[in-house]
Amino acid sequence: MSDKAFEAKDVYKHFGAVKALDGVTLAAERGTVFSLLGPNGAGKTTLVRMLATLMQPDKGTVEVLGNNVVDEPHKVRELIGLAGQYAAVDEYLTGEENLFMVGRLYHLDANEARRRAKDLLERLHLDDAAKRTVRTYSGGMRRRLDLGASLVGRPQILFLDEPTTGLDPRTRLDLWEIIRVLVKEGTSILLTTQYLEEADELADKIAVIDRGKVIAEGTSNELKATLGGDVIEFEIAGPGLKDRALNAVVNIAEKPATYNAATDTVTVPVGKHGAKNLLDVVRALDNEQIAPLSLSLHQPSLDDVFLTLTGEKASDVAVTPEMKKRRSV
Amino acid sequence: MSVAQATYFQISDTWAITKRNLLRYIRLPQLIFFSSIQPVMFLLLFNYVFGGALGSAGAAFHGKYINFLLPGIMVQVVLFGGLQTGIGLARDINSGIIDRFRSLPMSRMAVLAGRTVADTIRNLVVIGIMLLVGYLLGFRFYFGAAKAVEMVLLLLFFGFAFSWIAAFIGMVVKDEESAQLASFVIIFPITFASAAFVPVATMSAWLRHFANNQPITYAANSARNLAQGLPAQGAIWKLLTSTIIILVIFIPLSVYTYRRRA
Repeated sequence: MSDKAFEAKDVYKHFGAVKALDGVTLAAERGTVFSLLGPNGAGKTTLVRMLATLMQPDKGTVEVLGNNVVDEPHKVRELIGLAGQYAAVDEYLTGEENLFMVGRLYHLDANEARRRAKDLLERLHLDDAAKRTVRTYSGGMRRRLDLGASLVGRPQILFLDEPTTGLDPRTRLDLWEIIRVLVKEGTSILLTTQYLEEADELADKIAVIDRGKVIAEGTSNELKATLGGDVIEFEIAGPGLKDRALNAVVNIAEKPATYNAATDTVTVPVGKHGAKNLLDVVRALDNEQIAPLSLSLHQPSLDDVFLTLTGEKASDVAVTPEMKKRRSV
Repeated sequence: MSVAQATYFQISDTWAITKRNLLRYIRLPQLIFFSSIQPVMFLLLFNYVFGGALGSAGAAFHGKYINFLLPGIMVQVVLFGGLQTGIGLARDINSGIIDRFRSLPMSRMAVLAGRTVADTIRNLVVIGIMLLVGYLLGFRFYFGAAKAVEMVLLLLFFGFAFSWIAAFIGMVVKDEESAQLASFVIIFPITFASAAFVPVATMSAWLRHFANNQPITYAANSARNLAQGLPAQGAIWKLLTSTIIILVIFIPLSVYTYRRRA
């Protein structure tokens, strides 16, 4: 058995002139959350569709838990769960009927299918709506039911293709919580997202993908480190304290500290050791008898990382939560 | 997996999908209502508008045009009912639920078979409605219940085959409107260029040749003659042969398309 949840080696998929995947190599460890981060059309969905056996690569190999998706699609299908940005559930069935049907299609016997449907509806807080047709569900409820459908087969690996795109913030938090519980239970997860915050929040490892290529890969912290590390900021009572304040932190700053007159804020770049340096800054200011009005330690956000890597403003990408029309490819 | 087990799963998967599709018709009964209105309208219009002019067509059918017409309209019903398969599949592709099915370890044929079987059951309901309306208009079976049942089964089987043609169309065009238009463009002319509504005798020679030798005419003639107690065996054999040919071509073709590129 492979110790990889999934592995893609030098995978290409072109649709005419569109290079959906252009030499992608990626691997994720079992039991972890791997996030594929990128804007619309970056190739995220294409890779997920390949992993879920819905599409075959033009070139390269794709394996899920050690099984090649082209040679052993049936084996792969027994191990995976797939939930997407559009809720793939039946409008005219009730929540319960939807999950029961999927259970039967996993070849569970009727009792077991019924029991799992009931358990999942409870777990996803849909038990009150179990007997209602999905037509009456809100967007968030549909998405939860869709996630439920992907869990009926107790998958070892779950593919979540932009699971929170288009959801309101509260529903997003709910889904995040469910995802965290699944990880705790040992499920491997591949999560695609356009939301940098989401990858940061959930993923053990992140790959940034743009125009069919992986342009960066690492933990959230590693990606942020490529930007040059942490920053300490404090606000002082007025410009009169400026020189003493800058002088106090001169030995702590990794690069020269700066003063912003508009906000009376001093910014101190400190590299990797933000927490330790925070103490040093506090002591130094105390020695100078300067009482900061505010004091904070920042890590560069993934938005900054994204901007640096792709040259696109991450916010342009992140704040377009409109439902992407499913591509027919 | 043993052959028996594989067959069992094939059937249970198909049934799960069939049930899902039938529930849609049960929860949206207007779908059946409106799809019955159109053939009822045809029945009324043909019977009262053309019935006088075409009275001679009924001569061999106990003197009533309705006896000639109703079986033809029922052929039309099963054909157009069969076309729903393509539209339903295209809708499923767009809603993403086909992706879910394709990612499950289920039979590759069940999604299509479940749809064609459900549409065949739906056809049965609409045929029932048509028979009822036809009866009110004076249609009668003259050859007993067994032949009536045989007629209905043959019609359903024929419609089932067209469901598979429609399934293929739906998988290829992947969009409800195109599926509807594509199916209509194919079915409408060949339905009219047949013995479904009028006797072929009055058509021009080349058209008559086509009309006499195509499955919709076989179906109309089989249904008509079975209902009226006229010799039907020749038409039935031709009908069964063409129905089986359609199935042999379009089942594998649709399943192949489903596996490849839904």
